[in-house]
Amino acid sequence: MGRVALVTGVSRDLGRRFARLLAATEGIDRVIGVDVVPPRGDIGAMSFIRADIRTPVIAKVIAKEDVDTVVHMSVIATPGSAGGRGTMKELNVIGTMQLLAACQQARSVQHLVVKSTSTVYGASSRDPAMFTEDMQPRRNPRSGYSKDAAEIEGYVRGFARRRPDVRVLMLRLANVVGPHVVSPMASYFRLPVVPTVLGFDARMQFVHESDLDRVLTHGVLSDVDGTFNIAGDGILMLSQALRRLQRATLPLPGFAVGQLGSVLRQMRLADFSPEQLSFLTFGRGIDTTRMRTELGFEPDYTTAEAFADFASSMPSSSRISERAVAGLADLLPDSAHEPDPAGAPRG
Amino acid sequence: MADAEIIPIGTRGRPGRGSGQARPSSAARGLAGKPAATKAATPRRTSTTRRPHVSAAPEEVVEQTTTEAVPPATAEEEVRPPTTTRDRGPLAGISPEAWLSMLQSAAQEVWGEQWEPQLAQLLALLRRRLTGDYEVDEFGFDPEITEKLTLALLRPIAEKWFRVEVRGVENIPAEGGALIVSNHSGTVPVDALMTMVAVHDHTGRFLRLLGADLVFRMPFVGEMARRGGATLACNEDAERMLGRGDLVGVWPEGFKGIGKPFAQRYKLQRFGRGGFVSAALRTGVPIVPLSVVGAEEIYPLVGNLPSLARLLGVPYVPITPFFPWLGPLGMVPLPSKWLLEFGEPIRTDELDGAAADDPMLVFNVTDQVRETIQQTLYDLLVKRESVWH
Repeated sequence: MGRVALVTGVSRDLGRRFARLLAATEGIDRVIGVDVVPPRGDIGAMSFIRADIRTPVIAKVIAKEDVDTVVHMSVIATPGSAGGRGTMKELNVIGTMQLLAACQQARSVQHLVVKSTSTVYGASSRDPAMFTEDMQPRRNPRSGYSKDAAEIEGYVRGFARRRPDVRVLMLRLANVVGPHVVSPMASYFRLPVVPTVLGFDARMQFVHESDLDRVLTHGVLSDVDGTFNIAGDGILMLSQALRRLQRATLPLPGFAVGQLGSVLRQMRLADFSPEQLSFLTFGRGIDTTRMRTELGFEPDYTTAEAFADFASSMPSSSRISERAVAGLADLLPDSAHEPDPAGAPRG
Repeated sequence: MADAEIIPIGTRGRPGRGSGQARPSSAARGLAGKPAATKAATPRRTSTTRRPHVSAAPEEVVEQTTTEAVPPATAEEEVRPPTTTRDRGPLAGISPEAWLSMLQSAAQEVWGEQWEPQLAQLLALLRRRLTGDYEVDEFGFDPEITEKLTLALLRPIAEKWFRVEVRGVENIPAEGGALIVSNHSGTVPVDALMTMVAVHDHTGRFLRLLGADLVFRMPFVGEMARRGGATLACNEDAERMLGRGDLVGVWPEGFKGIGKPFAQRYKLQRFGRGGFVSAALRTGVPIVPLSVVGAEEIYPLVGNLPSLARLLGVPYVPITPFFPWLGPLGMVPLPSKWLLEFGEPIRTDELDGAAADDPMLVFNVTDQVRETIQQTLYDLLVKRESVWH
């Protein structure tokens, strides 16, 4: 039996790449990409339908194409790309509601895979070190992307209750990084001088973009339902990540980082939402035990490897301090020079 | 006698030796060999070009003088005295080999005979830190910086200032998870840091601290705490750490213990809600009671500013006999003598995990731990001869 998958949010790079990959996957007959604007770039075997998921048109698409798998990737994190916070919220929340309403109507739909985010856990000083899937955020998000994500998850849970015959898989992904990723975190790391919150060091986890494709494909093909945290192994501290990038940092008090963030947002350089600021302050860790035991997924990249791959796509900077130390070490007589695995450049 | 009383001290503003005479004494004049150097007796007041011809060690002179270079006359080459201003130019007279040997002897002084590998190791460490090429665990614990920097800085304080004496180290398991439960005191949680040093130096294991959320809300403190292996005192984190087989330290009295008035010293406060016991029961690790004597006296808390504390969002603003009266000096802890006694472990592995959901059992174990610590405190106080030694 061939399967027909509908993927939302294919105009963006990650969505397009995943939909193309899914179309080439064995066991999937047809992949329909849906978005308000056509994707730019190679769409492979995917067929694109220009439809707005905020309108009931989406129900007709699902019914007509006899879709049995819906992959919802159209949750956007940046108001900038959508044209303002209002549009972003509408796309995220109203879009999800319409999509789920359409899925509930369509008897053909058997699988729903939602790409959510670990932002739903928030970031605060009261957080446990690692969030497991059944933990709640210590403070309920009040605004922005994390509130959208929390509301979307609420609607998805409601849908799962009303359609118990549909397998609902929700994936809470840590920050996705990679050479092609455009996200608030990626643009933050691409700043020439990176502002950090003075006196705080955030714990971070990353997922490589290829692991995102793999886990979504795995989620479509497997028969597991539930909510899962997805992240690469290990933790990178923000300071450590910036040292690996050899990027100049600008430590500022928290409120100043927020103000600088709004200036940067106006300049369209980076996006500093309040929840990103709290993430940069306190960081977050998610527990991925169930990803291995129940979902049966193993990421290719650890957090550090994913970040190294991301870093290698960026122009490397001068690394003056590192070169000075290395030069000093070279001055030492050879007998004292121990093999130094740390010497390998990190991009 | 009357004459002796009016002998002036100093020169009364006139130049010359301390004889009170305007002219230099004949002895002073005799020191100056040539007429050109008659001002030899007052070198500090003359310009640097007219310095006396002191034939000191050439290296020292070079280090101290900043004189401008005097163009030497080639005709004087043969007749010039052994040391001239010419040799006092910056860095003149020291060959690169001399510099190298100086650096080598300095390095040998610091690191001993094996200085080359030591220096190479230090540079490798520096390079690892600069490139971010080190590992932290999921709690943000950075073992390298903790061992090489934090503990190394705290160790002299523990050994020299508080002269921490540790008893019952054999009660700390050499491996596997264990929960060290201690009394809390001293206005500032110095006792947690000293326990960390003591445990690491006696067992070689890192003590992972459980801290209040205030710790992680404060800038710098929270960052340092995570780097040093601390995490939030919540059941999830405690069980996660204990389940991994870490040695975890907890101070269940919290701010009630650390911020209690000096008059209530060594009186244990309420032990929270017994969350630490249920964490130990769920993970089946032993509870090691620890009694700390001496920490109460480092900052005797004689007063509190509750309204200012509310304003700042902290549990208390301490007033000690020296703080805030002496400013930063008042922040120096008093050098009391510390005694740390680790008690016999209370085993929990015989009880199954379901026991953690039995509140009565949890309360009983909590009381048992509390009583053990309180009794040991009293015993240690009786044995202690003085607060200071």
